[in-house]
Amino acid sequence: MNKICYINSASSISSQNTFKNKNFFKEIVVSNERTTPALEPNYSEIISKISIRRMSKITKMGIATAQSALKKANIIMPDAIITGTGMGCLENSEKFLKSIIENKEEFLSPTAFIQSTHNTVGAQIALNLKCNNYNMTFVHGSISFELALIDSQLLISENQANNILVGGIDELGKKIVDDTLKLENHYKNGIKAPLSEGSHFFIISSIKTSNSLAILKGIEIYHKIFENEILNKINLFLKKFNISEIDVIILGFNGDIWDKYYKILTDNLFKNTPQVQYKNISGEFSTSSSFGLWLGLELIKKQNIPKEVYLNNIKYNKINTVLLVNQFKGTQFSFILIESAL
Amino acid sequence: MRKNFVSITGMGIISSIGNNLEENFSALINKKAGLSQTSHINTIHKNKIKVGEIKYTNNELIDLLGFDKSENYSRTELLGSIAAIEAIKNSGIKSINKYKTGLISATSVGGMVNTEKYYMSNNSGGKSKNYVKSHHAGKSTERIADSLNITDYISTISTACSSAANAIMLGARLIKSKKLDRVIVGGTDSLAKFTINGFNTLMLLSEKECMPFDANRTGLNLGEGSAFIVLESEEIINKEKKRVLANISGYANANDAFHQTGSSDKGDGAYLAIKKAIKIADIKKDDIDYINMHGTATTNNDLSEGEAIKRIFNSIPPFSSTKPYTGHTLAAAGAIEAVFSILALNNNIIFPNLNFKNKMPELNLSPVTEITYKNLKNVLSNSFGFGGNCTALIFSKNE
Repeated sequence: MNKICYINSASSISSQNTFKNKNFFKEIVVSNERTTPALEPNYSEIISKISIRRMSKITKMGIATAQSALKKANIIMPDAIITGTGMGCLENSEKFLKSIIENKEEFLSPTAFIQSTHNTVGAQIALNLKCNNYNMTFVHGSISFELALIDSQLLISENQANNILVGGIDELGKKIVDDTLKLENHYKNGIKAPLSEGSHFFIISSIKTSNSLAILKGIEIYHKIFENEILNKINLFLKKFNISEIDVIILGFNGDIWDKYYKILTDNLFKNTPQVQYKNISGEFSTSSSFGLWLGLELIKKQNIPKEVYLNNIKYNKINTVLLVNQFKGTQFSFILIESAL
Repeated sequence: MRKNFVSITGMGIISSIGNNLEENFSALINKKAGLSQTSHINTIHKNKIKVGEIKYTNNELIDLLGFDKSENYSRTELLGSIAAIEAIKNSGIKSINKYKTGLISATSVGGMVNTEKYYMSNNSGGKSKNYVKSHHAGKSTERIADSLNITDYISTISTACSSAANAIMLGARLIKSKKLDRVIVGGTDSLAKFTINGFNTLMLLSEKECMPFDANRTGLNLGEGSAFIVLESEEIINKEKKRVLANISGYANANDAFHQTGSSDKGDGAYLAIKKAIKIADIKKDDIDYINMHGTATTNNDLSEGEAIKRIFNSIPPFSSTKPYTGHTLAAAGAIEAVFSILALNNNIIFPNLNFKNKMPELNLSPVTEITYKNLKNVLSNSFGFGGNCTALIFSKNE
């Protein structure tokens, strides 16, 4: 039996002004750039100056949002720290790789290598908190964050944890981003959303509090789904929770040919449901679905859909149940269902 | 079968001591190590270091697998596919989708082994696909899933050198909680210029064959390889009357929270993980008959790990590190050593800790150095990684 999982806090750093900003809905920017770097806060108020210098962008974004999520939920020591990252510490990986090649393997500094492992952010958070508890990192493209969420749900069901810090983090990196863009531009139907980065942390908890933002009803991932299966898979997923109608569907449209999966949903089952996109404002990155979840929580909290992300402008009277669907080039599918905790 | 145990019904492995289960077992009992100079990696450190390298070239691996030659593969994917396919065969699985089946793989190198080849080249005109598409660590898992025909739950874990142990732990939890009926768990890593240079700058590479737990140890040898094991639910075991190789009885992860790359003096993370794993297995600590140690042969690891087991056990069980055979296979190590632990249980053999001569004065402990026959019921396997990530697994005989 699954125990109820509450989402008790959420924190975001993204290419939008989302960090500790209550007025975000009024400040949304739709960019025409091909890459949109994150708007980073002034870290010196959050992280010690000595540490900042040694940290790459992904670690700084991760630590800042992790701290903020903990604080908002009044948690000092989480029972587990679980992160998801598709591309990991790109900045340090590229830096170390470049120096290997350019210096022909001589006179290398270990610093970039040390902080290039995928679990660096989770480890640095644990180190800062002196947290000896469960620490896990999932690294599977666009389902990296979802795998972390699934693990948190499992830990709560096993009675192994009450408050879990879960996050999705990715950074742009350097040459690999240029080369990714080259490839997307080379394809006729490549990704149109800007390539971006961000960090989103949440407290997933077995305990309902006055801060609880939503219930994490369910989450599923699939390696592959054929086009003719997607409707059935979604139906089966919703059936598990006895849900016949959802209030909003959030879809990971990014402008490439694989958007056809979302079209199947918006043209059929969810034709009359308010439809929301987000990658036009968050950009595309492996863990951009964590921005999607963060946005879903904001919709529930504010009971309002900003026009920049609203696709079909249907009238609605409540936003209590939100379904998120994401995929990447016809693989790495995820369904997340959240419901107001009120 | 004891309640709440997760059964292992198959395993597969490729490492520098053998291309399959049989070859690995034979090398282990014949004390045949797999360390050599690298012939695949073009590195200036070539003549200085010894590695646990698999001698097949990528093209030979593609031939063995019968894969389509026109595609671009990373070595990580190829090694992983070899081991995973052997595991499925070894488990006697005919129809993968008869039961809800998942795949959890672990890797640290992932696609870096391709990225480092193509990164600096002119990547216009779609040429960047040579590395851009395979760089993310999940790519190798997807290739393995495709060669096994797994379409639903797949997952990739990367917590440095404890990655595969964490994949095994997660698989056991998913079976226990009935989220999956069957799951193939393990890890794969190939040697790469990136990791060789990384460990070299940290001055952790040994010029000699590594000597875990020796007073004069000089660091680690890197290795490559892959191993997967098949975990199945009680329902499948009963329905299909399956042979059970062993059970996973205990598992735990804890964080050392001490340093990004170094372990704490007293091995706090290791201590917590082992203690919890014993608790979950619901056995007494004296029930552990053999420990397959992480034992990388670095100054820091062996001292810290030794201190941790001294804190836990009143009388320390026989222990050894098998890293002198295979080298340190990083994210695959936990899976390779899981297979060795199961082979130990099945054959009542403790594999020796090669190259050991002198006790570390700080620990005053001697590992097992000869093939030792002993009735084994519970084997503990340790895996620790950068970022303080510590995982302990307990494998138990099916009785």
